[in-house]
Amino acid sequence: MPVDFHVPLPDRTAPLAAGGILGWMRVNLFNSPLNSLLSVVLLYVIGWAGWRIADWAIFSAVWAHVAPEVCKENPDQGACWAFIAEKYRLILFGRYPFDEQWRPLLAMFVLIAAIAFSCDRRFWRAWLGAVWLGALGLFGFLMWGGVLGMSFVETNLWGGLPLTLILSVVGIVVAFPFSILLALGRRSHMPAMRAVCVTYIELIRGVPLISLLFMASFMLPLFLPTGMKFNALLRAQVAIVMFTAAYLAEVIRGGLQSIPKGQYEAASAIGLGYWQSMRKIVLPQAIRAVIPPIVNTFIGMFKDTSLVAIVSLTDLLLATRQAIADPNWRAFFVEGYIFIALIYFVFCFFMSRYSQHLEIQLRSGSRR
Amino acid sequence: MAEPPIIQLAAVNKWYGQFHVLKDIDLEVAKGERIVICGPSGSGKSTLIRCINRLEEHQQGKIVVDGIELTNDVKQIEAIRREVGMVFQSFNLFPHLTVLENLTLAPIWVKKLPKQEAEELAMAYLNRVQIPEQAAKYPGQLSGGQQQRVAIARALCMNPKIMLFDEPTSALDPEMIKEVLDVMVELAGSGMTMLCVTHEMGFARTVANQVIFMDKGEIVERSPPEEFFSRPKSERTKLFLSQILHH
Ligand SMILES: Nc1ncnc2c1ncn2[C@@H]1O[C@H](COP(=O)(O)OP(=O)(O)OP(=O)(O)O)[C@@H](O)[C@H]1O
Ligand SMILES: [Mg+2]
Repeated sequence: MPVDFHVPLPDRTAPLAAGGILGWMRVNLFNSPLNSLLSVVLLYVIGWAGWRIADWAIFSAVWAHVAPEVCKENPDQGACWAFIAEKYRLILFGRYPFDEQWRPLLAMFVLIAAIAFSCDRRFWRAWLGAVWLGALGLFGFLMWGGVLGMSFVETNLWGGLPLTLILSVVGIVVAFPFSILLALGRRSHMPAMRAVCVTYIELIRGVPLISLLFMASFMLPLFLPTGMKFNALLRAQVAIVMFTAAYLAEVIRGGLQSIPKGQYEAASAIGLGYWQSMRKIVLPQAIRAVIPPIVNTFIGMFKDTSLVAIVSLTDLLLATRQAIADPNWRAFFVEGYIFIALIYFVFCFFMSRYSQHLEIQLRSGSRR
Repeated sequence: MAEPPIIQLAAVNKWYGQFHVLKDIDLEVAKGERIVICGPSGSGKSTLIRCINRLEEHQQGKIVVDGIELTNDVKQIEAIRREVGMVFQSFNLFPHLTVLENLTLAPIWVKKLPKQEAEELAMAYLNRVQIPEQAAKYPGQLSGGQQQRVAIARALCMNPKIMLFDEPTSALDPEMIKEVLDVMVELAGSGMTMLCVTHEMGFARTVANQVIFMDKGEIVERSPPEEFFSRPKSERTKLFLSQILHH
């Protein structure tokens, strides 16, 4: 009988990682003299800056709703949040009639609820479209009014955060499907279709959003029959949708290019038609592959809506500028900008986190 | 009266640019025939079988499948694709769908079966390829051999009359080749019409009733396996056989 000289080694436990915060710091911050020096310097800078900011924004700040003179005489020279307390309704709702501002507030929550609802993957069904139609309808109903004892409010009085939100949300909801069609068209085998899509994408991408907004506002009416009025908000919305769709189309085309030819062939071979294989096989994989740049485009677009100020729509940024224009409070423009920066940040940060969450969820679905 | 052939190719020619891939291909396949196609790399084997379900378009000649002629008419192409199943070298499963969803997709969307019925059908075929326990997994979680068996089951779910195989075992590790070949042998036993590009000569010997040798875009030789392996007619076939059988 052959003798087996190989004795299998027993399993041993893995070495313990250096535990605790101190262990982590030793490994990551103080593992060499140079690294230790850098760590100390950086910690000092961060601590000092953090303290200065916290001191200005919190400890030395004026929090009460007081007159601007009180802020100016504040011996600690901190932030003047009294400005926000005084002006937040103007900043948030623009020139919308003061006594009716519960309506934009409610309308905003309708939009936010629809967004929150759409975030859950279980609700990604055909009827989600109906939910959105309902939400947008309700938004319009609340904002315009004119029925049920609510006074009619023209869109040129809409402003602030609800305006920024509706421009972004409609921008995303309309531009997204439009961009998919553009991307598919650009890859189509039909030369005319391809030419139209390429021309559209290249023309729109080659122009700044500001000039599109200008063109939509001042040139479009020249082509329309005289007397036909085309709402300013709608014109800005159209420009935003067109602009976003062109960018997004290229992002989605990138995703389409990452799908191997074999997937198209397998879809054809089992008998799926063009639209079926796009919808069931190609697009789900392509879009999944480009979630980060899609969200990147959405975040960019959300902030770009502030450009509508140049066609006199009072979005969040313009409303803030109007609040700052008050001579009594002019000194506190920093507080105003910080306030809306925080609002923009909350929404952008949410989009960024959601995209990461979605990526992880979808990836755990299809481990390759 | 003899039944008309289920697949009929007459003087089929195809070019990629100036490159003549298929030259005057004449081929008739009767119902229930099992044909193995072999030949050196680049000889046009894949192109030939991909013309049969129109993954590639031929430029001259006539291809008739189950009485339907392949033209540019999308309806006819889709009709033929419902009759013809295909299995690829690289499986081409849909990675974002579970095994069960991979199988039920076409029955639900092309044949409009109710979901429940499609799932029962899919489970029946997963049983047939002996991996019912993998139904809820994603393709990326399976071994190559299992993936290829899922791919075969996926094609069978459309209840095709003809199955095309393009080197179904070439991307597999040796220990997995057998499990896929076993499924194919079982399928051949059930009377399926099969066209199979493969270099598994053992499979050709036991299962095929005709072996076709292709070279440089032509069908050089077509004969039953005993004859093909023992008395090849052309020198090119002999050379090819000596190369693949001696390694
Ligand atoms: N889309 C294409 N465009 C141009 N040439 C192609 C294309 N597809 C295949 N060819 C060429 O056509 C010839 C035949 O290809 P085919 O894939 O049919 O060969 P094959 O016999 O299946 O070879 P293999 O055993 O390597 O799979 C090859 O020379 C290949 O380079
Ligand atoms: Mg091939």
